[in-house]
Amino acid sequence: MLLGSFKGVHGGWTVANVRTLFKSPFLPAFETSIKLSLTTAVAGCILGFAVAYAAIREGTPRVLRGIITTFSGVAANFGGIPLAFAFIATIGNVGIVTKFLASDLHWNIYQTKFPVFGSFTLFNTFGVGIVYMYFQIPLMILVIAPAIDGLRREWREAAANLGASSWQFWRHVGVPVLMPSLLGATILLFGNAFAAYATAYSLTAGSVGLVPILIGYYYSGNVLDNPHLAQALAFGMFVVLAVMMLLYVPLQRRASRWAR
Amino acid sequence: MKTRIRPSAIVWLLLAAAYFIIPLVATLLFSLNKLSTGKCCSAHAYGTILHDSAFWQNLKTSAVLGVETIAISLVLFVPTIYLVHLKLPKLRPLLAFLALIPFVVPPIVMVIGLLDFYKGSPSWFYAQPWGFLATAYVILAFPYMYFSLDAGYRSIDIHTLTEASQSLGASWPRTLLTVILPNIRSAALAGSFLTLAIVMGEFTIASLAAFHTFPIYIQSIEESEAYPAAAVTLISFGITWAAMLSLLVIGRKRGARGALIAGAR
Repeated sequence: MLLGSFKGVHGGWTVANVRTLFKSPFLPAFETSIKLSLTTAVAGCILGFAVAYAAIREGTPRVLRGIITTFSGVAANFGGIPLAFAFIATIGNVGIVTKFLASDLHWNIYQTKFPVFGSFTLFNTFGVGIVYMYFQIPLMILVIAPAIDGLRREWREAAANLGASSWQFWRHVGVPVLMPSLLGATILLFGNAFAAYATAYSLTAGSVGLVPILIGYYYSGNVLDNPHLAQALAFGMFVVLAVMMLLYVPLQRRASRWAR
Repeated sequence: MKTRIRPSAIVWLLLAAAYFIIPLVATLLFSLNKLSTGKCCSAHAYGTILHDSAFWQNLKTSAVLGVETIAISLVLFVPTIYLVHLKLPKLRPLLAFLALIPFVVPPIVMVIGLLDFYKGSPSWFYAQPWGFLATAYVILAFPYMYFSLDAGYRSIDIHTLTEASQSLGASWPRTLLTVILPNIRSAALAGSFLTLAIVMGEFTIASLAAFHTFPIYIQSIEESEAYPAAAVTLISFGITWAAMLSLLVIGRKRGARGALIAGAR
């Protein structure tokens, strides 16, 4: 039965939709989706690593580490509709923080131009990206913590004894050793953001052209009653994620080399 | 040698704390606002939610679905994974591969495939959350169940336990129920709590298949009423957190370290 239903998932869309996929040029949606996923994946990777390292490195009380991993376990699971609303209540148009910044610091974030990302609203890709970080960073912490544990303290001490600066340690030892894990985690985070539907849907009510949003739109017939288009888009998503998985497996194998 | 906490570590941890705690606090403040004035403090929003019969109805649908999904998953997977561990260890990589599929195939893609696949099925299945949605959730929850149970079976010596039980004359069902099951209880519980957290938060599949579950209700409230929406958001957090914290409490015991990452995104 289980096998049957999985086959169903495949059989259901592999046969009929490959053809339709090439007929419908939905490249902009894929571009937006991939860009958003990549940005949040890389940013999540860097920030998540920084937090995880801060939590794990010698000197930080062990209690803190426990609290942070527990919280990450919870926060990585917490997304979708409630997460979207939490951010609307925080930095939406009438959000608590928006109001506070405007009235007490005279800074209207909705009229500020940010470098690179442009103007901020919670309802464009910039805003959606910021919300995505809420589940990307915790996922990164969970995924990378074992790898950081594998980064032996002796290496750092050895490097220090040989006169290496902190930067040199990271440049020549830390980052190369962790590279496969970091790349693997980035791919995982990419897939995580790429597949996300509920959060973006709830935030933007479908106004941001991400692939999952389009699928939902076409499938429920809001624009055109064309479920085949939705199926073709779904197939395209699957292809992107399958490629990511193929990259992930060898990286994972290499990452386990330094495991204790 | 005792090292002190590094300043850079403090900065990172404080930044992270701010980013993760402020939205929760803001939602709480928002939910306490008075409807008439928009100022703090009243519990009116909570009253609105708790007196809404749709809230209880949809919460019940989701809770029953959660229990049903857990029951089906346990009945299907506990014996299957047991057999694979005991008799067919060669099939373990296959199961592990199948467990990865729901990770690679996002819910939005899965629901399209499933809706298409089950299109011709009878309406008691296709049009009922207990049929179609439960099936989808069993598939969605499979990886979490699998990794929990797999870890559970690996932490006990099932060969010795099975042989001991059988040489004392126990039948297969009896061995499974009274010998194996109690030993993997914490793993099964961990998988169940994860499943519950997933089902209570799952929006994508329910939305596209047009069923009314708890997350759908939250979405409809968010579109109409701001302060009650904050209240119901916090209630929903509470449910996820309760499920996840129970999981972590169980996780302290042996054999329950499974995947910690579920997806309601």
